[in-house]
Amino acid sequence: MLSSAILFPAVLNGLLTGAVYALVALGLTLIYGVLHIINFAHGALLSAAMFAAFFAFRLLGIDPYVAVFLLAPLFFTFGYALQRFIIGPASHRNDRNMLLVTLGIAVVIENALLYAFRADTRTIDVPYAFETVNFGFTFLAVPRVIGFAAVFVVALALWLIMNCTDIGRAIRAVAKERLGAELVGIDVAHVYAMTFGLGTACVAVAACLLIPNYYVNPSVGNAFVLVAFTIVVLGGMGSVPGALIGALLIGVVESLSGLFLGESLGQVGIFVIFIAVLLVRPNGLFGARA
Amino acid sequence: MSDQKFPFSRRQFLATTAIGAAVAATGSVAMPSVLRAQGTPVKLGVLHPVTGALSYSGQQGRLGATTAIEEINAAGGVKGLGKIDAVLGDAQSTPEGGTAEVEKMNSAGVACVVGGYASNICLATTQAAARYELPYVVDVGVADGIVTRGLKNTFRFGPGFGVISKTALANLAAINDHAGKPAKTVMIVHEDSLFGSGLAKLLNAQLPQQGFQILETIPHPTPTRDFNNVVLKIKAQNPDIVIPANYYNEYVLLARTMRQQQIKLKGIYSVLGGAASSYKFVKEFPEAAKFIMDCNHWFDPRNEKAQALKKKVEGKGQFFTYEVYMNYSCVYLIADALQRAASADRAKLTAALASSTFAGHVMPYGPTKFVNGQNEGAAPVNTQVLDNDIKVILPPSFANAKPIFPMPA
Repeated sequence: MLSSAILFPAVLNGLLTGAVYALVALGLTLIYGVLHIINFAHGALLSAAMFAAFFAFRLLGIDPYVAVFLLAPLFFTFGYALQRFIIGPASHRNDRNMLLVTLGIAVVIENALLYAFRADTRTIDVPYAFETVNFGFTFLAVPRVIGFAAVFVVALALWLIMNCTDIGRAIRAVAKERLGAELVGIDVAHVYAMTFGLGTACVAVAACLLIPNYYVNPSVGNAFVLVAFTIVVLGGMGSVPGALIGALLIGVVESLSGLFLGESLGQVGIFVIFIAVLLVRPNGLFGARA
Repeated sequence: MSDQKFPFSRRQFLATTAIGAAVAATGSVAMPSVLRAQGTPVKLGVLHPVTGALSYSGQQGRLGATTAIEEINAAGGVKGLGKIDAVLGDAQSTPEGGTAEVEKMNSAGVACVVGGYASNICLATTQAAARYELPYVVDVGVADGIVTRGLKNTFRFGPGFGVISKTALANLAAINDHAGKPAKTVMIVHEDSLFGSGLAKLLNAQLPQQGFQILETIPHPTPTRDFNNVVLKIKAQNPDIVIPANYYNEYVLLARTMRQQQIKLKGIYSVLGGAASSYKFVKEFPEAAKFIMDCNHWFDPRNEKAQALKKKVEGKGQFFTYEVYMNYSCVYLIADALQRAASADRAKLTAALASSTFAGHVMPYGPTKFVNGQNEGAAPVNTQVLDNDIKVILPPSFANAKPIFPMPA
């Protein structure tokens, strides 16, 4: 039954699903991978961003692909403020405190969303929701194809920021040696906040690209975050290409294991590959050697 | 737990605290049903999964129950007993969460619990309630095991798997026969917890007896992020009918993906389909919902009370989903039993529920009669999405439209 007629579309679907994972993982690889903040609020922030994209469309009639240019700066500012005024001061540079503070923020955001919007599942019906690209052997939904293309743009932009700008160099310096960076005059608190802001902006981009083809409710972000953490470690902590390639790999593995083992066991494939890769490359696919 | 922001005034709070302190000082501890005097509210546990994966259904269920309680209280409460005080609980979409809430409700001295929603939650919560001989009215939970364990405290007002699948299959065969038997092959897509798996098992046993060949049965978890692979399998097998049995979010994703992949079917026939009988789905995705048939819980469209309730719920900006009117009816069932028992005593209330002949509900049911906790009068109906609305197509006694099958290309 599993002929090439079903196998090729499954691989393509896996790549498209992987692109969605990549969008979520790119933000996380900055926050978790570079600054080692285990950001439990990442999923809740994704839910919040999806609600923002939803209401931008529903109330203001702004298409999600346009809203991205509005929500990315907005969430950057929100992320910056969150780190600068809440996570940073409350954690006192202690990793365990950061973990607990972000967990607390996640609970607050999710419950605030639940209180404000109930647990209703909401969807938007954009005119192109059911439009597909015909590949002959399969149809691919237009929003998923756009998401796939956009993830490369986002990854390239992030890579350029990290490698060709002063703030990127500062982020990498702080990640490698915080005290040293401080000694040479880098404002570490500002760099932390900028990184967190960038990660949160990525979440807003992910939300805008997800919403045309997915639903939103207060806990929707959680469905993506565990996979995103896995991808960040698999791809190599802090590596933008690693997050991208890792996400696409995980998408394909999940798709194929779902096909062969059944949807209920599809997730098993992710963690089998995860363990296998880490056994061979303990620092992840693109991680720097310790 | 109450959802009122300020349930007490300062004076009420001080008075209650003083009474509590006095009771504590004298060391007298008694069940609230014994302490309860005329005019003191009867506590009713309203338990739903209002957070987690099932939160939408849970919140709808809570809406139905609290709407009924508001109505009953506005009319003066239960005759002879006074008003009903809702003790709200969140099962957090897990059996453990539900069990913990039953423990809390028991400590709070509730006379009865209504709700649970999901089968696996109901199985756990009814058992927890049975330890305290606490009457429990299951709102939805369809697994037959809920009422076949001999628990004297457990009552289910709605139909269970057995009746639903039997009715669904008989109606599917009738619809197919009436159309000249165009459909011969079937694929089942179901969620993999107790609800979906139990239903799939029953369908697998009974569909071949109705002359249908099952090409494949595909389980999936809740939540499932992507249905493209499932739809690829459907496309490869090319069945005449797809039978989805899953919760709302997954149902919507599956239906959308089938439409995106341009799957051509003679029919989508759901059994307890999470979204197939949902006004929300029909409103948001009219094209994907068109002609979908479902065998599900539904209200009596010819009942004026049901239509008034629909208007009321929609007036609150909410969708009139089955969780709403199932819970609404269950609360009225309990109120009726409380009135006949003339007491909030758990044993008396259990006896009153067991002998119930409750008729003032909004469901298309026969006379209420509990046998081993199951209402024998309960039955599902068949609906179909026609003209951007959900119509009842079977049984003829409640129908307000005729089925369209096979669905037009």
